[in-house]
Amino acid sequence: MSLGNIFDIAGSGMTAQSLRLNTTASNIANAETASSSVDGTYRARKPVFAAIQQSLLNPGQAGMPGFSSEGPGAGVRVDGVVESDAELQMRYEPNHPAANEDGYVYYPNVNVVEEMADMMSSSRSFQMNVDVMNTAKSMMQRILTLGQQ
Amino acid sequence: MAISFDNALGIHEHALQARVKRAEVLANNLANADTPGYKARDLDFSALMEQAKGQISGLPMTRTNDQHMDTSMAGSSSELLYRTPHQPSIDGNTVDSQQEQSHFMRNAMDFQASFQFLNAKFSGLSKAIKGE
Repeated sequence: MSLGNIFDIAGSGMTAQSLRLNTTASNIANAETASSSVDGTYRARKPVFAAIQQSLLNPGQAGMPGFSSEGPGAGVRVDGVVESDAELQMRYEPNHPAANEDGYVYYPNVNVVEEMADMMSSSRSFQMNVDVMNTAKSMMQRILTLGQQ
Repeated sequence: MAISFDNALGIHEHALQARVKRAEVLANNLANADTPGYKARDLDFSALMEQAKGQISGLPMTRTNDQHMDTSMAGSSSELLYRTPHQPSIDGNTVDSQQEQSHFMRNAMDFQASFQFLNAKFSGLSKAIKGE
């Protein structure tokens, strides 16, 4: 039985989605963090997801009927977090304490609307993975009652 | 007379295993719902059942080393297939979460059905043994 793998897969999905939610939180929190230089300005961060492939040489359950040499995959992983290279917002605010000599401050390239949509998407995906895990749990519990009266 | 579990339990054992396998594939699709370039996979259940009925799966070769590839399933019809997307997304992902979730739920229900059949087989066997 490979029901245990489902826990790993759903768990990897939950980890990835919570990291995505983390970057969203960081982006929204820093949406108004002004800075006096281009290099010192916060930039929107985005996680990069990639599917985990199972090893082709040692498939998990060789020999079971109907299991091809190619595994079903093993969930999702976060390859890294990249910073958005969208243009920063330059605003003329001479009274701002962080204004440079020309009176400009730089604001992060965070699109708050986009981040909110991202937040909803990741929370839905997280929920979906929780559902999958719950279903796998009840399937496993049912297996444990096999043969009982 | 020896009791052969293979004969006594029939196809249900294989059906249950196939359901578990499919649950794993669908769970993987759902976990990768936001992965760019990921292609949704699925198993052909009827092909799996055909194979379980026949129990012939190519020509298995002995593996004497960890690095040897498993050839027993090569060329079988029960490979993992790719789903045809209804609406492809711009990042190359073909997972339709809602559809995958409904497939997953349905698979869980079918699992329960197979399980009940298997359980009935077991209680039938134990009845026969006790002579009730």
